[in-house]
Amino acid sequence: MTWKQVFTSSVGKKLVMGFTGIFLILFLIVHVGLNACIWAGDNGEMFNKAAHFMGATVVPRVLEIGLFAGFFLHIIQGYMLAAQNKAKRPVGYAVNYGNRGSKWYSRSMGILGSLILLFLIMHVYHFWTPSRLGGIGNVHELAAVEYNGREYHNLFLEMKMVFESPVVVILYIVACISLAYHLAHGFQSAFRTIGVHNKRYNMMLTALGNGFAIIVPLAFAMMPVSFYLGWV
Amino acid sequence: MEHYTMNLNLKVWRQKNNSSKGAFKLYRVENISSEMSFLEMFDVLNEQLIHDGEEPIAFDHDCREGICGTCSMYINGKPHGPWQANTTCQLHMRAFKDGDTIVVEPWRAGAFPVIKDLMVDRSAFDRIIQAGGYISVNTGNAVDGNALPIAKDKADESFAAAMCIGCGACVAACKNSSAMLFLSAKVSHLALLPQGEPERKSRVMNMVAQMDKEGFGSCTNTGACEATCPKEISLTHIARLNKEYIFAGVTEK
Repeated sequence: MTWKQVFTSSVGKKLVMGFTGIFLILFLIVHVGLNACIWAGDNGEMFNKAAHFMGATVVPRVLEIGLFAGFFLHIIQGYMLAAQNKAKRPVGYAVNYGNRGSKWYSRSMGILGSLILLFLIMHVYHFWTPSRLGGIGNVHELAAVEYNGREYHNLFLEMKMVFESPVVVILYIVACISLAYHLAHGFQSAFRTIGVHNKRYNMMLTALGNGFAIIVPLAFAMMPVSFYLGWV
Repeated sequence: MEHYTMNLNLKVWRQKNNSSKGAFKLYRVENISSEMSFLEMFDVLNEQLIHDGEEPIAFDHDCREGICGTCSMYINGKPHGPWQANTTCQLHMRAFKDGDTIVVEPWRAGAFPVIKDLMVDRSAFDRIIQAGGYISVNTGNAVDGNALPIAKDKADESFAAAMCIGCGACVAACKNSSAMLFLSAKVSHLALLPQGEPERKSRVMNMVAQMDKEGFGSCTNTGACEATCPKEISLTHIARLNKEYIFAGVTEK
């Protein structure tokens, strides 16, 4: 059996979902860690420097390409699998199976993922395009700020401006809630999909996943809230 | 629990054959004993239908002891009805109250086409087993049972997987119509034992390929299958199947 056949079988497609899912979970750790610098209490200096490092160093830029590829694969594969799985039951039931044995969010990964995708488009437009493509075409350039005689993009100020709008803050919070539920199932499910079947590890991963699904989206949600309420 | 009798309204899926369009039909059964099984209640209804000159309802059943996996009704939104770890034939009428309306549907999945009424064609499962759910044993004298040492916990886990009766309730309950719980039970059962070792890699590859060919969906680990399984096959077997598949997939030629 060729590798192409392996990774395009029903199990293989899920492997792609699992591996890209874990890769995106790793990205979230980096993202939330770097963004937490906004709370350093130095008016964004540490945060702007960290963002500069991510934008101006080779390794993170190469990883960024991988990140886009990871998102792309996870999203496209997710939609394709959802459509294929739905088509496997041409005639539906009159009475639905309901919640026995499964959580609503485990059955709603497509909807939760779609909400996150909508958010992602808005999010990339808010921060990634001005920071990477600022000044090209109609994309506005970020303000500059100087630390020790070196110029940096003032991404901190950009966040402050974006999160002045209560609508944006609410949309970000809704996205964080979607992310929390997506992770609550996705984290432990990804490890099952890539073959972790040891009962003790599965229990640990479920607990870890639940913790991760609460802490990381909560930290993300606190960012727009902090800006909006003037805590930073 | 005290014995009682009940009158029930049944909403049953009737479909003449595979190519015709089915519909629900309402029936009323009276004086049903709480000690009857669900299938016995259907026997009473069928007697009534025959008496009235109507076509009896076709449904699958065989042992009526909960061990053969033939019965297959989707009752009020649950494969094998409201009780846990139970088959339709072992579902007793004391699960219902007088005056209840019960909706009975066939298993729904593209890979399980309806043959007639509540009967579906589950031969896809047979073909999956034929694709790899076996071990090769040389003919001759039976080997001494103690010749191959097997750890007790491994033997127990293998046995728990081998409990699968292939009824298809996992597919019926799954939102993706996935047969992964069935498949993983078969793969686990043999992968845990030394006897399963020679075909270990080809087994999982061939069975997954056959499952895909039959038109079952993929697994999203929701856990609905495990909760509805009459033999309580664990979701852990699916994770083991995934591991078996990865190793076989990247190391087989």
